[in-house]
Amino acid sequence: MKSRYSIFSLARNAINYHKDWERAWRSPTPKSEYDAVIVGAGGHGLATAYYLAKTHKLTNIAVVEKGWLGGGNTGRNTTIIRSNYLQDPSIAIYELARSLYEDLSRDLNFNVMFSPRGVMMLCQTEHEFRAFKRTAHANRLAGLDCRMITPEEVKKIAPIINDDPNCRYPILGAYYQPRGGTGRHDAVAWGYARGADSLGVDIIQNCEVLSIRRDGGKVAGLETSKGFIKTKKIGVVTAGNVSTVVQTAGLRLPIESLCLQALVSEPIKPVLDCVIMANTVHGYLSQSDKGELVVGGGTDPYNNYSQRGSFPALEHTVTALVETFPIISRLRMLRMWGGIVDMTGDRSPIIGKTDIDGLYVNCGWGTGGFKSIPGSGYVFADTIFNDRPHPIAEPFGLNRFVEGRLIDESVAAAVAH
Amino acid sequence: MLIVHCHVCGAEGDETDFHYGGQAHIARPATRDPASVSDAEQRDYLFMRHNPKGLHFERWRCDRGCGKWFHAARDTVTMEFKATYGISELPPRALMEAATGEWAIFFKDKLAKGSEA
Ligand SMILES: Cc1cc2nc3c(=O)[nH]c(=O)nc-3n(C[C@H](O)[C@H](O)[C@H](O)COP(=O)(O)OP(=O)(O)OC[C@H]3O[C@@H](n4cnc5c(N)ncnc54)[C@H](O)[C@@H]3O)c2cc1C
Ligand SMILES: [Zn+2]
Repeated sequence: MKSRYSIFSLARNAINYHKDWERAWRSPTPKSEYDAVIVGAGGHGLATAYYLAKTHKLTNIAVVEKGWLGGGNTGRNTTIIRSNYLQDPSIAIYELARSLYEDLSRDLNFNVMFSPRGVMMLCQTEHEFRAFKRTAHANRLAGLDCRMITPEEVKKIAPIINDDPNCRYPILGAYYQPRGGTGRHDAVAWGYARGADSLGVDIIQNCEVLSIRRDGGKVAGLETSKGFIKTKKIGVVTAGNVSTVVQTAGLRLPIESLCLQALVSEPIKPVLDCVIMANTVHGYLSQSDKGELVVGGGTDPYNNYSQRGSFPALEHTVTALVETFPIISRLRMLRMWGGIVDMTGDRSPIIGKTDIDGLYVNCGWGTGGFKSIPGSGYVFADTIFNDRPHPIAEPFGLNRFVEGRLIDESVAAAVAH
Repeated sequence: MLIVHCHVCGAEGDETDFHYGGQAHIARPATRDPASVSDAEQRDYLFMRHNPKGLHFERWRCDRGCGKWFHAARDTVTMEFKATYGISELPPRALMEAATGEWAIFFKDKLAKGSEA
C-alpha cells in the first residue's frame, strides 16, 4: 500500500524540499500472463482496472498503454461533467458516474478537483427550448436535480452573457443542472492509476498492442511491442483507436473516428463560475481555475486519425460564441489541440461482451466520455469479472444495433461535450 | 485545412466549400429484395462503417460549386487525397490494390471482376 497523501505528508515532504516523494505508480515489466488485461490507459481503462482490483479483488491484471497514461482523450477534453441526458439508460450510467465523482477524491486519496459549479444548457431557439423541456421532464422522472431557468436567472448566474432579445439567437432560458460541473482530467487518470497500482495492478506504458491473438472462438492473449502477453480476458478501451485494435481479432464495430478540438484563452480574472453550453451555435465555455476560458465545439466532419483538427471547425466555434459572450472577442487564444473520438450512430457508448469469448469492449464514448469515467469503469469491471453485462451496462451492448434498439442521444445533445 | 478538388466541375476549394458524405460504396440491401434482408445486414448497412487508419474511400459533395456528389480516396493519417472518381465508379485499380483491412476484403472480388461499380 502506498503512503497516503495528506496535510502531514505534505509538511513532511516540504521539510525535505520535496525530494523524497514516492513515485505515484511503478513502471513494471510485463509478466508473461495475467488474469485480465485492459488495453488503453485512459480514464475508462484505468478506472476499470481500479474497480476490478478494488471491488472484485482481481489484482493479477495489467493495463497496457501505447503512449503515456492519460495521454489520449482523457488528457485532451474540456472536463464537463453532467448527467442530464434524455434516455433512461444514459441517465442511469451518467448519474452513477456523476455521483461517484462527488466522492472520488476521498476514495482515491487524490484530488481530482471535482467542482460542481453547475452546467447550464442555453435555449436559443423555440425548438431548443421545447426539446430541453422534454429532457427536463424525463430527468425529473428519473430523480435528477435539474430544472429549467428563466433568461433573468441565466443573466444572474452568468452576467457576461449577451441578453439582448433582438440578437440572432436570443436567450429564451436554460436547462440547468446545479450538481454538474468540471473536474481535473489529468488528476482523474493519475488518481485511478495510483489507486490501481497500489492494489497491485501493473500499468505498462510505452507498450502498444499490435494484435489480439485468438484461439478459435476465444482470446489467447496480446501481441505487444514488448512481447506476447497471455490472458483469457481482454478489455479494449482505446477510444478513437478501437476499430484498429479489435479488427486484429476479426471484430467490426459501428464506429467512426473523428477529430474533436478544443482551445483555451489567455488567463483573465474570474468572469464565469459555471459551465455554459450553447448547442444551437455549437459552442461551450467554462473558466479554468487558472483563469483561462476553455472553449469547445463540434467535431471536424471527416474521418481522422491524426490527432490534429483543421481551422474551420475552431473558427466556427469561436465565431458563434462571440455573439453570445461579446467580452471574449478581444481575447487571445493560447493553445488548441485535438483528440480522436470514437463516434457511434446513436451517439451512445458500447459497453459489453463481443462474439469472441473473453473479448470485451468499452468504447464509443465519442465527444462526451470524460463525465462517465467512474461509472463506466465500475460497470465494465463488473461485466468483465462476471462475464455478463452489469444491469446498467446491458442496454449499451452491441446487439442494440441489430435489434434497432438505439439509445439516441444524437438529437438530445446536438453539440460535443 | 483540406483542399478539395471537385471531380465533376473541377472546382478547387477548402473543406468548407464541400460537404463530407462519409464512407463510400455502401449498397442498400433492401433495394433489391427487401423481404430477405436480415437484421444483421440492415445493421451493417445503417451502422457498420469501415474505419481505417490510412487509406479510406469516401463521398464528398461540391456544395458551393456544381452541387454534385463524387468519390475520393483519402489517407486518414496524412489527410492526403490520393484520387477523386465518379459517384458511380470504383477507385483506380492501383488504389483498390493498395487498400488494407476491410477495404481490401471489399475490393477483392471487384478486382477480380474488372472495374465497373
Ligand atoms: C477536445 C475534446 C473535448 C472533450 N470534452 C469533453 C467534455 O467536456 N466532457 C466529457 O464528458 N467528455 C469530453 N470529451 C470526451 C472524452 O475526452 C472521452 O470520451 C474520454 O476521455 C475517453 O476516455 P477513454 O479512456 O475511453 O479514452 P482515451 O483517454 O483516449 O484512452 C485510450 C488510450 O488507449 C491508448 N491506445 C490506443 N491504441 C492503443 C494500442 N494499440 N495499444 C495500447 N494502447 C492504445 C491511447 O494511447 C490512449 O491513452 C472530449 C474529448 C475531446 C477530444
Ligand atoms: Zn463541382
